[in-house]
Amino acid sequence: MNIPKELKYEKTDEWVKVDGKNATIGISDYAQEQLSDIVYVDISLSAGDKVKKGSVIATIESVKAAADVNMPVSGTVLEVNNALSDIPEKVNSDPYVTAWLVKVELDDPQEVTGLMDGAAYEKYCAERAH
Amino acid sequence: MFTPHTESEIASMLKTVGVSRLEDLFKVVPESCRYPNLDLPAALTEMEARQELELLSEANETAHDLACFLGAGVYNHYSPAAVDAIIRRGEFMTAYTPYQPEISQGTLQAIFEYQSLIASLTGMEVCNASHYDGATACAEAAVMAFHMFRGKRSRIVLSPAVHPHYRQTIRTYLQGYPDLTITGDETGVDLQQNPSTLISSIDENTCLVLVQYPDFFGRIYELKAIMDAAHAVGALVAVSSDPVSLGLLTPPGDLGADIVTGEGQSLGLPLSFGGPYLGIFATKKEYIHKIAGRLVGETIDKDGKRAFVLTLTAREQHIRRERATSNICTNQGLMALASTVYLSLIGKSGLKQVAALSYQKAHYAFKRLTQLPGYQAWSSSPFFNEFVIKCPKPVDEINFHLLDHGILGGYDLGLTYPELKDHMLVACTEVNTRQEIDGLVNVLSEVTHE
Repeated sequence: MNIPKELKYEKTDEWVKVDGKNATIGISDYAQEQLSDIVYVDISLSAGDKVKKGSVIATIESVKAAADVNMPVSGTVLEVNNALSDIPEKVNSDPYVTAWLVKVELDDPQEVTGLMDGAAYEKYCAERAH
Repeated sequence: MFTPHTESEIASMLKTVGVSRLEDLFKVVPESCRYPNLDLPAALTEMEARQELELLSEANETAHDLACFLGAGVYNHYSPAAVDAIIRRGEFMTAYTPYQPEISQGTLQAIFEYQSLIASLTGMEVCNASHYDGATACAEAAVMAFHMFRGKRSRIVLSPAVHPHYRQTIRTYLQGYPDLTITGDETGVDLQQNPSTLISSIDENTCLVLVQYPDFFGRIYELKAIMDAAHAVGALVAVSSDPVSLGLLTPPGDLGADIVTGEGQSLGLPLSFGGPYLGIFATKKEYIHKIAGRLVGETIDKDGKRAFVLTLTAREQHIRRERATSNICTNQGLMALASTVYLSLIGKSGLKQVAALSYQKAHYAFKRLTQLPGYQAWSSSPFFNEFVIKCPKPVDEINFHLLDHGILGGYDLGLTYPELKDHMLVACTEVNTRQEIDGLVNVLSEVTHE
């Protein structure tokens, strides 16, 4: 499983890449593997929306389930990856680069310190495998 | 009596729960209520019971015994005997769409054919596997439109000329949406001018404009102006239509509707005292992930043969789990099948003929009735197979009189529209003969002279 060390992770399997006061958000390799073949991505946000940590930002539908994606941090949406609705399979093949979901300006850059780092998330995934 | 357990099983269960007799389980019920003496007549044999029930049922008068001019949402069309014969075949005995659906290729194919026929009839790209009835299909359009805008638009503009039961059902479905406003059908609005007066209520906060076409009063009107006004502010338009009327009229889809719903009863289903009926729901391809229920699609199996799959159930519980927003597990499978068989049997030209006959007979009735002294046309709009007539006496009185002559009169509009007291909604279908219509006219002319 691919768990980049430089990213932060939420318990509900979203990743956050921090870049100054901005952040990019997506779902982890573990999450895409659990979902299996992804057939539809519906991001329920548009630029300018203010989103609180924990609110639902997207629904990802695979051949066996539909799962909600939760906001791992609070912020204002800068950009939404709407291209994913035409290439949902990229969430399976490239969850950390092509298949980012939203870019936000963080309300509080300190908020990310509450998330897991790569090592902690790897341990967290391993625990759930049993 | 049917007893699923043996004496020894019962004894073993009683021992486990720690009571000695079955009766002990009911000790909490006061003794006087436990085994009261019921004052019942002596038991009848099956034969006697049947004879008594048949005697009672003969007191009923149905649309088969009477000349029926009652419509208001369901219509007394003729259904060929083959419809009933085909849907009763053993292969279709279980109409339930199973949770391992692909094992039931016949069921899936029937739904696929149904979807294709309805999509073509309504002028839409996709149609789901159906809802309970026209009212719930209409309410699903409102739910879908609200979620389309993720709660950012909180206004639904609802025509007062949508069936009153449908409007009640929409409000029932949406009662848990505190921020949502449903407007347009308030008491006191000018029914004559509607639905075109709705245009002024459409604003940037409107997620859906919901109209009926032909409307509840049977009228055909300029639909495009409403569509344009709604689309100009980015709102969706849902149109509830009687599918038989679409044998004659331009489908709402071709006029730009985003959602078309309808009561499928008129497609070969019996009146049957109110149900089961069939909820039609069709929309554009871009909205398929927002619809309730399920969609069946065509594909090929591993040997390259044509096969059918449950393609989409985006909001259903087996895919969304506890976050499901649709629970139409049991679609009206058998009713959808009946309408599919009906449409296949009568074909395009047959449906057109049914629609044309219903139209012509209603227009003959309208012409004769409006010539009677005391009776007046309520509207000068074009209409399909139903029209409103102002009567010289209360409608319930008139209908009572008609019943004496073997005629089931029209719907008493005063029941749901107080301002339309003494107005009757008269419907005709291909079933009504000229003699029946003349009979109606004769009895109504007598009513005036009394």
